[in-house]
Amino acid sequence: MHDESPRPLPSSAPFAESFPGLRRRGFLAATAVTGAASLGALALTGCGGGARDGGSGGDGKPKRGGRLRAAFAGGGAGETLDPHLSNLFADVARAKALFDKLADYGADLSAQPRLAEKWEANKALDRWQVTLRKATFHDGRPVTAQDVLYSYRRIADPKKAFRAKASLEPIDLDASRPTGRRSVEFVLKRPTAEFPNVLAAFGAYIVPENATDFDKKPIGSGPFRFVSFAPGRSAVFRRYEEYWDGAPHLDELEFIVANEESARVNALLGGQVEYAHELNPTTARAHEGRGQIGIVRLRNSAMQAFCMKTDRAPFDDKRVREAFFLIADREELVRGALSGAGEIGNDLFGKGYEYYADSLPQREQDLDRARVLLKKAGAENLKVTLDTSAVAAGFTEAASIFRDQAKKAGVTLDVKMGSKDSYWNDILDGGTLCCYRSGAMPIESHVSQRLLTDSTTNATKWKHKDFDALYQQVQSTRDKKERAAVYERMQRRLYTEGGFLVWGFADWILGTARTVKGVERKAPANTLDWARFDKVWLA
Amino acid sequence: MTALRSFVARRLLLGVVQTVAVVLLVFTLTEALPGDAAVALAGDDPDPARIAAIREAMHLDRPAWERLGDWAMGLLHGDLGTSLASGRPVSQYIADGFGPTLLLAALTVAVLVPVGFGLGVLAARHEGRLVDRLISSVTLAVYAVPEFALGVLLVTVFALQLGWLPPTAVGFGTDLLGHPAALMLPVLVLLSRPVCSLARLMRAGMIDALASPYVSQARRYGVTGARIRYAHALPNALAPATQQLARTIDWLLSGVIVVEALYVIPGLGTVLLNAVAERDVPVVQGLAVVFGVLTVALNLGADLVAHRLAPRAGVAA
Repeated sequence: MHDESPRPLPSSAPFAESFPGLRRRGFLAATAVTGAASLGALALTGCGGGARDGGSGGDGKPKRGGRLRAAFAGGGAGETLDPHLSNLFADVARAKALFDKLADYGADLSAQPRLAEKWEANKALDRWQVTLRKATFHDGRPVTAQDVLYSYRRIADPKKAFRAKASLEPIDLDASRPTGRRSVEFVLKRPTAEFPNVLAAFGAYIVPENATDFDKKPIGSGPFRFVSFAPGRSAVFRRYEEYWDGAPHLDELEFIVANEESARVNALLGGQVEYAHELNPTTARAHEGRGQIGIVRLRNSAMQAFCMKTDRAPFDDKRVREAFFLIADREELVRGALSGAGEIGNDLFGKGYEYYADSLPQREQDLDRARVLLKKAGAENLKVTLDTSAVAAGFTEAASIFRDQAKKAGVTLDVKMGSKDSYWNDILDGGTLCCYRSGAMPIESHVSQRLLTDSTTNATKWKHKDFDALYQQVQSTRDKKERAAVYERMQRRLYTEGGFLVWGFADWILGTARTVKGVERKAPANTLDWARFDKVWLA
Repeated sequence: MTALRSFVARRLLLGVVQTVAVVLLVFTLTEALPGDAAVALAGDDPDPARIAAIREAMHLDRPAWERLGDWAMGLLHGDLGTSLASGRPVSQYIADGFGPTLLLAALTVAVLVPVGFGLGVLAARHEGRLVDRLISSVTLAVYAVPEFALGVLLVTVFALQLGWLPPTAVGFGTDLLGHPAALMLPVLVLLSRPVCSLARLMRAGMIDALASPYVSQARRYGVTGARIRYAHALPNALAPATQQLARTIDWLLSGVIVVEALYVIPGLGTVLLNAVAERDVPVVQGLAVVFGVLTVALNLGADLVAHRLAPRAGVAA
């Protein structure tokens, strides 16, 4: 982008010179950030979890040794190893190498015990006894109940803005106390049957008591110990021999920051890294089955939706919402906006996750019925603004595809491009219809964060006392089967008249060198086995 | 010489005013952007309570003029402020990014000067003939290729197909000098357009100078061809090219975002890109100051060199 003209400019115009300079940088920032834009988008919403050996079955016997270099999009010179500040995929990948949570998410987003060996609730489900397993920090000290309480209190500090704070809200930390060296009694503010989800919450890592500085020499209990860290560039970790879940196969693990997707792919093809996180569907198609690199598609990793604000016209009429459900040609959206790298959705969050209501019939496009519904609602020749932004892959494409689909039902969608950096905040209260996505999290978390009257990020403005009551019922029901039945009722309601038009679930695509074995293929991004390097080896 | 001195003084003063203006402009524009560092950091979890807490932690709840004032006071003491996103000093950000940027710029200029000037002179010597037409058309063609396209092409051919060079500088961190092979492609891309513009400018300058009355006069005096070309015509042709060179160096030092992103070189361009995305105003301001000072210094330098080469042209203040 060397845009100097070959003519010399009069030297009397240095201001004019620096100004175009600024403009040029501004412009590049705008385009190149698409990579970094994905950054914001990539900021995970949920957390990580547990099934082992899922995809490593055919990879043979693990081999010990070697250094694996993994390329991620990163956060620049402002990066930190403070696990409670984890915001980007790269942050989480580094955090889970150094630290552990009490629980983490399995491939179906159910909470799996990690540092917690077991948990037991009282009858009222508002007091939980958590027993820690025998684990040690990298400096040899055992992980104790004090460390757990310190970590949670640090996260909940009202002066700080740690992301996991909202997830830990059900815990009354003043009343919670250690009941032994390796056991904690958590006192909750209300019955919480899904309390293990809280233990697995995004960013709820256990750090040693009184730890505050994580960039010099962070000490965790994770599978790798700290060697070096250069923010925005690289982090080198070494195997922790005493890891409670078995020492990693790799000697060393290096995280390398490369924000451009093309750079990550080139580095992988050129043998400069062995693992490249987050590839485009087109890249995956070009290299899949060619044998040069391995392509891993993590299914059901990112929900793709249009979000209808149910508290305002025209979407305060559930017939209009249903009409929009029927306008969507989901196959076409997945093909066009996700380049085919994904599956169609059924207006419900959490396909493939625990408690997902997969008995509901798959919704298909039905323009005639949509027109009838709109007519009944008195919304013929409807005009709606659809907010979108280049904040996540496929957003703008999805918006224009849906605009064309709506036109066939007589609805005019006016697509409006918003700012990437403030998009999520802008659409929370503003507008009526917008593009939306979400990383993997348990269905319970999706409901509590987005679909209750007091939810902090209720973008569909779904506020119904009877629905809130169903959620309370779930949280006070001990029996799993009974809970599943209540979840089903909630989902049936959302399926019929909710504000989320969930049209698809995007794959999360990774590239690996041929020597890399043991990479889990079933775990959606955000779960325990995603970006988990202690079970990976180099053949 | 006093005229020159007062010219330099005026230019330096003007430079300070310009840098202040740029900083104010950057601050105003960044403030005018929708959202702030707190919103950018909250990302897809825009919990209003959390955003408010982040805003408070970053002191963004204070009025804009107060924040600018504090930052400016710090600047007077040589303190560029601290990053909103990480709380680390801005000077650290700039120091970290400056090494790779400076290295790339130095290597590029080291090749650019002989090649650019050489090609220009060569083309001018053979004006209208095959060599000139070849140089002119190739430089025009290369100039028309956007950086990112050339970058991708070079990586595909030399790194991925032929395997001669590493495709990126990933993992080398600041130790780029230890891996010279990784610098070949980025320097080539950086060279591509400046070489062309410099060569074309040089060619035009030389042709003009060779057609000027003083050269004809020198010829009539029987001065040898080489001496006319290199002792009389060249300095005059160099003057405009020097200013172009200064602008190129300025561009190289102000962060070459595309090349840095493509080859994963953590220079100032990357720092700037991340800071803008994070709405990290103090870092953006700090960079604006550094870029402003560089621009002023380089242009002043170029003017002085041009004045030395061709005093006849005078200095346009």
